[in-house]
Amino acid sequence: MGMTTAQKIFAAHLVDEPFAGTKVLGIDVVMCHEITTPIAIADLMARGKDRVFDNTKIKAVIDHVTPSKDSKTATQAKMLRDWARRHDIKDFFDIGANGVCHALFPEKGFIRPGNTVIMGDSHTCTHGAFGAFAAGVGTTDLEVGILKGVCAFREPKTIRINLNGTLPKGVYAKDAILRVIGELTVNGATDRVIEFGGPIVDAMTMESRMTLCNMAIEAGGTSGICAPDRVTVEYLWPFISDSFASKEAAVAEYSKWVSDADAEYDKVIDLDLSDLTPLCTFGYKPDQVKSIDEMAGAPVDQVYLGSCTNGRLEDLRVAAQILKGKKIAPTVRGILSPATPQIYKDAVAEGLIQIFMDAGFCVTNPTCGACLGMSNGVLAEGEVCASTTNRNFMGRMGKGGMVHLLSPATAAASAIEGKLADPRKYL
Amino acid sequence: MKKFGGPALFLDRSDINTDEIIPAKYLTEITKEDLKPYLLEDLKLPGFDPKSERTYGAGAVVTRANFGCGSSREHAPWVFEVNGINVVIAQSFARIFRQNMFNCGMAAIELPPEKIDQLFSYAGAADAAIEVDVANSTLTIKGGGREESMQFEISPFDKALVLAGGWVDYADSKY
Ligand code: SF4
Repeated sequence: MGMTTAQKIFAAHLVDEPFAGTKVLGIDVVMCHEITTPIAIADLMARGKDRVFDNTKIKAVIDHVTPSKDSKTATQAKMLRDWARRHDIKDFFDIGANGVCHALFPEKGFIRPGNTVIMGDSHTCTHGAFGAFAAGVGTTDLEVGILKGVCAFREPKTIRINLNGTLPKGVYAKDAILRVIGELTVNGATDRVIEFGGPIVDAMTMESRMTLCNMAIEAGGTSGICAPDRVTVEYLWPFISDSFASKEAAVAEYSKWVSDADAEYDKVIDLDLSDLTPLCTFGYKPDQVKSIDEMAGAPVDQVYLGSCTNGRLEDLRVAAQILKGKKIAPTVRGILSPATPQIYKDAVAEGLIQIFMDAGFCVTNPTCGACLGMSNGVLAEGEVCASTTNRNFMGRMGKGGMVHLLSPATAAASAIEGKLADPRKYL
Repeated sequence: MKKFGGPALFLDRSDINTDEIIPAKYLTEITKEDLKPYLLEDLKLPGFDPKSERTYGAGAVVTRANFGCGSSREHAPWVFEVNGINVVIAQSFARIFRQNMFNCGMAAIELPPEKIDQLFSYAGAADAAIEVDVANSTLTIKGGGREESMQFEISPFDKALVLAGGWVDYADSKY
């Protein structure tokens, strides 16, 4: 019987199996941010164990609230900063170089096919786009990861999702993943890895694959995973060109992580997306999804473009294409947060930022900020946000606020009309 | 052996998420103790008052499916821990929340829907209380003059974590 990508990664990283069904894995990349790491640091200090297992395998960023908004967030940032300096963590990203973790770390080439990745953040599943096993964990798992470089998992089963056909005009990776979550429901993938494949995924950029894998957790999934291929190698080439004689050689090497043809899946779901329309969530759970046809016209107070789901350059390009030469509705607040400094710079160079600003958007620095209702665009009670983020829980972007999840194109169209709107008429 | 359970708090809804257990705005606290006043602050349920005696006096939570979905924040188990709640019983959990509970040496117990219904039949009793014996995988519920016990399943690893007092001590002694 063949193996899935996740099974291959588990087998290659197994450190211990203390009980049947529990696998302790060696971890290749331990990622840290300033919200969930400081308590782990404080606990390690209190235990007299202020050590790190390998300072080259630890990556850290201040991203959730940056620049700090008050003395508490400044203290969290300081704790992470002091710790990174104390342990000589070279890959530490502070003001000026910091961006949203799940956009920044891939951009730096830190994630490679076959890696195990953990972070004290549920959207760590994003990094599975590289053919890695990447799981969000709590602070205690993170603490053990920092100290020992290991983490325990129940070996997950794999749900295979084949995205067949071709995505119609105006429909993007975000619509595809909303469709998948609608299918799986919010806990349909608990203790499962979601492996995305099929012609639509094969044709996707790494950015789009990250958008897919980013939301695996919204169906309860442990990690999203895409098979590493030529697209993966092209993305990683600046970082791996010294290690391989050619791109073909890299593709061949990484292909060992691709699921075998006879691998056993928990479930295989085939979805033909050739007729998919732009989608949008309507309630307080990410599986409450409707076509934009049904949702168009619903009022919106704020449009937010950014986050680890859809704050990358290709997202900004799509939105700018729609916004070019237009103004957003006077009743709407448009906020753009490019996910990393590199994306921001590229967007300036391409003239995208100019388009957003001319349309009436406020452009903020790269940060999580409004996505989790902490800073830079928090909603007031009763307000509604059309957002390219990944979570629409009640109050997520501010107490009493409501969030509609949608693609960057649908966000841009909604900004122009001041209410939920179909992007296809602007393309 | 540590005692698990206490007065029962019934949260009758599926998919209660981590933002409802502890809102993101309190993630700026850097000690667990500071989270104490914010337990379940944003949870809206008919008849549920986060500030009530029943909430703050609880030692165990009984709830439905997919409890603790959403963020990885361990602040969710912590806000229970600092308020004296060390066991959550549900039809199912989100993976990260469940692991966080065991990693902190607390119990996240899954029971089939009919047994969860049976536990909910005590929700009307003001004195409903649950006692959990992790070593023997049994729980007892009492209230309104009734009492019954049931067995539950817990993986050997999760049990070992609870008995070790959490993952840090366990991992540190072993790896
Ligand atoms: S952008 Fe939002 S979802 Fe992504 S890591 Fe930041 S807070 Fe989490």
